[in-house]
Amino acid sequence: MSIILDKVNYVYSEKTAYEIQALKDINLKINDGEFIGIIGHTGSGKSTLIQHLNGLVKASSGGIYYNGQDIYDADYKLKDLRGKVGLVFQYPEHQLFETTVFADVCFGPRNRGLSRKDSELKAFTALRSVGLSEDYWYRSPFELSGGQKRRTAIAGVLAMEPEVLVLDEPTAGLDPKGRDEILDLVAKLHRERQMTVILVSHSMEDVAKYVQRLIVMNHGSVLYDGTPAEVFAHYRELEEVGLAAPQVTYLMHELRKRGIPANGVATTLEEAKQSIMQAFSEKYSEQKATHWQ
Amino acid sequence: MNFIEARKLVHEYIRRDENDNVESILTALDEVNLDVKQGEFVAILGHNGSGKSTLAKHLNVLLRPSGGTLWVNGKDAQDAGNIWDIRQSTGMVFQNPDNQIIASVVEEDVAFGPENIGVPTTEIWKRVEKSLKSVGMIQYREHSPNRLSGGQKQRVAIAGVMAMEPKCIVLDEPTAMLDPNGRREVLEAVGQLGKEKGVTVILITHYMEEVIRADRVYVMDNGKVVMQGTPRAIFSQVDTLKSYRLDVPQITLLAYELRKAGVPVPEGILTRQELVEALCQLY
Repeated sequence: MSIILDKVNYVYSEKTAYEIQALKDINLKINDGEFIGIIGHTGSGKSTLIQHLNGLVKASSGGIYYNGQDIYDADYKLKDLRGKVGLVFQYPEHQLFETTVFADVCFGPRNRGLSRKDSELKAFTALRSVGLSEDYWYRSPFELSGGQKRRTAIAGVLAMEPEVLVLDEPTAGLDPKGRDEILDLVAKLHRERQMTVILVSHSMEDVAKYVQRLIVMNHGSVLYDGTPAEVFAHYRELEEVGLAAPQVTYLMHELRKRGIPANGVATTLEEAKQSIMQAFSEKYSEQKATHWQ
Repeated sequence: MNFIEARKLVHEYIRRDENDNVESILTALDEVNLDVKQGEFVAILGHNGSGKSTLAKHLNVLLRPSGGTLWVNGKDAQDAGNIWDIRQSTGMVFQNPDNQIIASVVEEDVAFGPENIGVPTTEIWKRVEKSLKSVGMIQYREHSPNRLSGGQKQRVAIAGVMAMEPKCIVLDEPTAMLDPNGRREVLEAVGQLGKEKGVTVILITHYMEEVIRADRVYVMDNGKVVMQGTPRAIFSQVDTLKSYRLDVPQITLLAYELRKAGVPVPEGILTRQELVEALCQLY
């Protein structure tokens, strides 16, 4: 099970004066159960890329294969693909429209032709899994806080029971606690349901903390593709394309320059802390050793 | 007198049913006291729904107080006759750059504000040039705003406010929709305003890193001001901030974790440089 992108190109407004090549020869293999982060500055092609994954945008050239099937094949059912690859847009709460939270989450399954009972069952499970308290289920979505609305919108996508969950900046505009809650929810879905998760983010700290594999987009091409530690080792090159490494990675490099043996590939707070503690405890035990001599 | 003085400022959102009976009252501001001096850079933190934006909208009278007093630039905001004076002295920049740009050419967009308040044409062009320079967007003066990045659009929005020559500029989460580069550009432009032009800056944000440079920080929760002080004093209180659904900058959090684990770094570390120095001294 995988998604394969083979030499995907996409050109906006082709053959006009406003022609822009948004994606250039993208080759990617997204494996089942991976937790992938995508970073890149505004206009680097991140959003265009993820809109290809469920067939919302059709490549100008190249092929996309979902579980070995060509999604551009004449008899491939794109409608089914949209059920399998769930896309959560930026500010998804702007798309809430029903009179109650529960009705809104039911909309997707109902629209796919499921019976009322089955739809409600799926909505029930989805709302449970995003951790929204039942007190809110029969209220208007517009009475909820920003984080609650965002979770309702994610539940709407989960009710379709997708195999792959794609989220475009799911934490934009939320307060720090709300950001943690959404990302912990996504990590839980990945962990407990082995769901493939693709997270587009502007926060280097967040991708370093959560994802296993990090893809860096620049001018419509894949610039780097590797573990966060591998990618953030290129922090100088990342800065040139308008990105950066997490703060702690810089800290580690500066400590090394000053003679403290810190771990240069630490990308998360936990890694940085352990590395500093280790440097200090080694130093401390050395001093003790010389003292005892 | 301070540029902004709020005393027991209250704002209630009142919901009425079709018969005009009060259905519910939400107290968004609950006896807020706020003092901002001319030229100060003040940041306001608080979780979603804590009342930050409601407070911001009072500062240029987009909303009017339900109770208490608010003085802006020596004028009473309760007095309807002062609305236009206050709006000229205090400009606002909002979260979404696309909602704030109205013209099809950058310089015309910046000129809209001063034109609207009757500034003479030659003076308008001087102001447009000056404000576009101060946000580093002068080379785009003849471009279409549609083709700009989010950070560039926000800087044009800031220039548009600056061209009104306000004494104070209120920015309500101006970087929430931007990428790291855009965020840096906008923050640099904001920093310039305060330092060079003596403009009072009020920055509302969810990004803890952005308030490090502020002179003072207010923290809001449930419509009340629950903490105030220098960034260092505020960020020394990690657990209290977390209880208000907030956070501290990553470096501050690392320093805090190291302290808890027994490395005696000082409290209230804000920047990478400070932590490097502190660790090198201990090592």
